[in-house]
Amino acid sequence: MPVRYLDNSTSLANAQWSAKTRKQQWLSWLAWLLGVSLFILCWKMISDNTLWVFVEDAPKQGADLISRMIPPQWSYTPNLWQPLWDTLNIATFGTVLGIIMAFPCAFLAARNTTPHPLIRSAALMIIVSSRSINSLIWAMLLVTILGPGLLAGILAIALRSIGFVGKLLYEAIEEIHPTPVEAITATGASRLQVMAYAVLPQVMPAFAGISIYRWDINIRESTVLGLVGAGGIGLQLNAAINTLAWDKVSMIFILIFATVLVSEWISAKVRKAFL
Amino acid sequence: MKPVFTRTDLARQGQWRPLPLIRDVRYRYLLILAVLVYFCLAFLSIDVNWARVAEGMSRAARFLAAFLQPDFTTRSQDIINGLLESLTMTFTSTVIGVLLAIPVGVGAARNIAPLPVYLFCRSIIAISRTFQEVIIAILFVVMFGFGPLAGMITLAFATVGFMAKLLAEDIEDIDERQVEAIRSTGARWLQLMNYAVQPQVMPRLIGLSVYRLDINFRESAVIGIVGAGGIGATLNTSLSRYEYGTAAAILIIIIAIVMLTEYCSGYIRRWVQ
Repeated sequence: MPVRYLDNSTSLANAQWSAKTRKQQWLSWLAWLLGVSLFILCWKMISDNTLWVFVEDAPKQGADLISRMIPPQWSYTPNLWQPLWDTLNIATFGTVLGIIMAFPCAFLAARNTTPHPLIRSAALMIIVSSRSINSLIWAMLLVTILGPGLLAGILAIALRSIGFVGKLLYEAIEEIHPTPVEAITATGASRLQVMAYAVLPQVMPAFAGISIYRWDINIRESTVLGLVGAGGIGLQLNAAINTLAWDKVSMIFILIFATVLVSEWISAKVRKAFL
Repeated sequence: MKPVFTRTDLARQGQWRPLPLIRDVRYRYLLILAVLVYFCLAFLSIDVNWARVAEGMSRAARFLAAFLQPDFTTRSQDIINGLLESLTMTFTSTVIGVLLAIPVGVGAARNIAPLPVYLFCRSIIAISRTFQEVIIAILFVVMFGFGPLAGMITLAFATVGFMAKLLAEDIEDIDERQVEAIRSTGARWLQLMNYAVQPQVMPRLIGLSVYRLDINFRESAVIGIVGAGGIGATLNTSLSRYEYGTAAAILIIIIAIVMLTEYCSGYIRRWVQ
């Protein structure tokens, strides 16, 4: 901790203790100044692009919205089972497809199992691009290409899952214990046999956990894919919002909430069983 | 010779097989059967318009071609505006969200908050975490009108739940001895927070904020679809106009910025901890 002397002598009696040196103090003030001015600048840009008339009656609008949402239209539920089943299918098939594609990707991307550094960077590139684009954007692209429907949703979920599962799995592969690998290699096993008997058993629990976790997230994401036309309960949600049928919207929200809770519970149970 | 029963006996005879993931045989086959039945049922219920898919293949080819030749120039003004809006939304929402998350997170830590405050803060966290950002954005767009303000409030709202939950868990995990030591000097509650709790959670709080900044940028690209401003709106427009070149350019920019922020946030987190 730096000491500052109040007079020119170096006697400790007149010394003052502080947590930072003077340079550090200046730097931290400068950082705060920059941060605050950046925030004010950003705030100004946003408020310039905002119609404040709409914001002023926001509390009224909000109260109005809630009063229209309550009570939810319970009689609408029978129309929702089919879309809900579609939503579950989008999430499940999307997860399965995503896992199938992510599995080889992860082995190519892990430092200790990749055949060549060049292939590793290609696999990492796939993982990063898949991760940086949200499934809703993937769905938007696929709907323009394949037309609206379940297939676009499934592929969107699958493409988004590659990055997530791939990243977590390749990190798990990089963290494996090297001794079993050495032991299997010492028996004269081929590369593929080393993978099957030394690497795979070690990452299998992590892999199962990651897959179930992603399935849980995918259920959540597939509920909104319908907003861009990719099937599932989101289609119904979009229709209800466009017709301002807020009591139907709140019914759909309740159903989504229940589905998410159940899937979260299942995923937590299964993960506990595996890990 | 005695009959072979156990796995060890089999292994001695050279018939070793790796351990199955699920131990119980009946449970294993039941699970496989259930999965198969589900997949058959689900597969039958998916109807795909293959004619439309085949028609789309030429578009897919054009889209892939557009990725090789992204068009940054034609709509450059729209792209720049959308991007600036996204970035400002990201920054302001993270700052506001983190500032709001700190009191909520402190209130949601069982070891320092009384029970009523704890339950109140936990319910805020639960509400904010349950729904997707897009759904929250729809509601806020209805309330606040189209534009970046609704997007910013959405992201700030989602940030509160995320940060407060992690902060609360962090505070619950702190070393009690330091709190004890500061308390024994006769410190008031605020001093206790400042000198015993804050130094222990600060590095992780900064790390998480940077991580959340990263997430908020990604989300800001999405909530534009429902009218909450940002680059998502630009992307949506370009796709509905079938301007694949512009869409590819926007996607490339998004990927580049996400990679950059991810790299920076990893660096900052390593530096802080």
